[in-house]
Amino acid sequence: MKEEIVIAGFGGQGVLSMGKILAYAGLMDNLEVSWMPSYGPEQRGGTANVTVILSDKPISSPVLDSYDTAVVLNQQSLDKFESKVKPGGTLIYDPSGIHRIPERTDIKVVSVDATGASIELNNSKTYNMILLGALLKLRPIVGIDAVLRGLKKTLPERHHHLLPLNETALNKGMTLA
Amino acid sequence: MEEEIRLMKGNEAIAHAAIRYGADGYFGYPITPQSEVLETLAELRPWETTGMVVLQAESEVSAINMVYGGAATGKAVMTSSSSPGVSLKQEGVSYLAASELPALIVNVMRGGPGLGTIQPSQADYFQATKGGGHGDYHLIVLAPATVQEMADFVGLGFDLAFKYRNPTLILADGIVGQMMEKVVLPPQRPRRTEDEIRLQCPWAACGRLDRNHRNVVTSLELDSAKMEVNNHRFQATYRRIEENEVRFQEYYTEDADYLIVAFGSVARICLKAIEDARAAGVKIGLLRPITLWPFPYKEIERLSNQVKGILTVELNAGQMVEDVRLGANGKVPVHHFGRMGGIVPNPGEITDALTSHFSVNI
Repeated sequence: MKEEIVIAGFGGQGVLSMGKILAYAGLMDNLEVSWMPSYGPEQRGGTANVTVILSDKPISSPVLDSYDTAVVLNQQSLDKFESKVKPGGTLIYDPSGIHRIPERTDIKVVSVDATGASIELNNSKTYNMILLGALLKLRPIVGIDAVLRGLKKTLPERHHHLLPLNETALNKGMTLA
Repeated sequence: MEEEIRLMKGNEAIAHAAIRYGADGYFGYPITPQSEVLETLAELRPWETTGMVVLQAESEVSAINMVYGGAATGKAVMTSSSSPGVSLKQEGVSYLAASELPALIVNVMRGGPGLGTIQPSQADYFQATKGGGHGDYHLIVLAPATVQEMADFVGLGFDLAFKYRNPTLILADGIVGQMMEKVVLPPQRPRRTEDEIRLQCPWAACGRLDRNHRNVVTSLELDSAKMEVNNHRFQATYRRIEENEVRFQEYYTEDADYLIVAFGSVARICLKAIEDARAAGVKIGLLRPITLWPFPYKEIERLSNQVKGILTVELNAGQMVEDVRLGANGKVPVHHFGRMGGIVPNPGEITDALTSHFSVNI
């Protein structure tokens, strides 16, 4: 098993943390993991992206030119990564972030209204966990339980009261995909 | 606890490994893409546990001179920075080498020249391996390709530095500094006691006490005849290092018709291109120098007798390629492919370089 994923959006949308949580979930499931962020001035509002690789074999390159799955959250990211999804791969996008829908027909294209869902949950910070839930429904590379174990391990204890909310968000995302 | 598999950035691994090695001091100044080294040390607060000093100096120049002072007393001390900051340190690095002091320096390279970008680069190869500062000296240069090696080379770097009384440089890049992957940290070692330091470092300026002479640490020697003797001694050390410490890793070289030479994280990108090439029936091997100085010239020479051509891939305009050409000594053509200024090539670009230089179909 090897899954090569790119997550891309505006800085501040939780792109890097979503990738990090996915990587930790991979660690919990004893997979090899690689997390390579764009680390420029993106967190001040430009575009940010992260490449996450989960594999049952050692990972060579942390840098890729094509992906099994892309999660794109704004127009720039869609423009940049739509062509880089491998044929037969999956493209997940948030319709609130784009003004042109994806055109590829040789890949699975899934719209996930995570913006709307996070408003329904009354917490915009659940945005990336909703998307992660959708991603894991479409590409079940790690289980939700691994995500929650990873979260529990990495979140400081003072934030552990937020774990149920994260679980709700993950499940909400799963129903959207 | 010791065997626990952790997920962290290369920069964070360096900080953890330094504490666990029993390092006595870290002196640094923040600069992207290596600021997490200082940040992680500040977060871990080792001064409360092992007693390790962590200090943000007022500049890189100041930090390297704090390392110079600490090293002169036999302490295991280090600094880290990125390209422009490492340039600032070069006077101090030359003084450390000339004073025959052990120290660990980390450069997480970014795109230059000048202040350049903050994205990954390998354009400080010449600076690291051919001097950097003034005078005839060498640093032992280790090039990590994984987060695990970022952790492991801290201990190895200090050990080599103390073994040869010569500074070691970890030459990393923004990719391996910023990426996260699995790492097993070394076990916690105690810091050496003052008595152990006096025993292991009889040259250290740590107080005369019961000694009948003063230890003086200096790089200044105004008597040229004596300075030449010093230089002969340095050179003898470098020959011993060249003899004993060349490190490298080979991948798929047994049956290779062509060879890629690449170091650090770029070697991993090449490995992916090589796997694609092999899937297409083209036998390409990879030599990854782990020590950039001393350089694995002999291995290049050996492989030059086997392969039809060599390609070096670097994040620069062609620096290590000169050493590869020295090793190949004209036996086979040696080509270079590089990206500059912080641009990282993807595996497909390396495949394109392979097909254009070697006329193979991948």
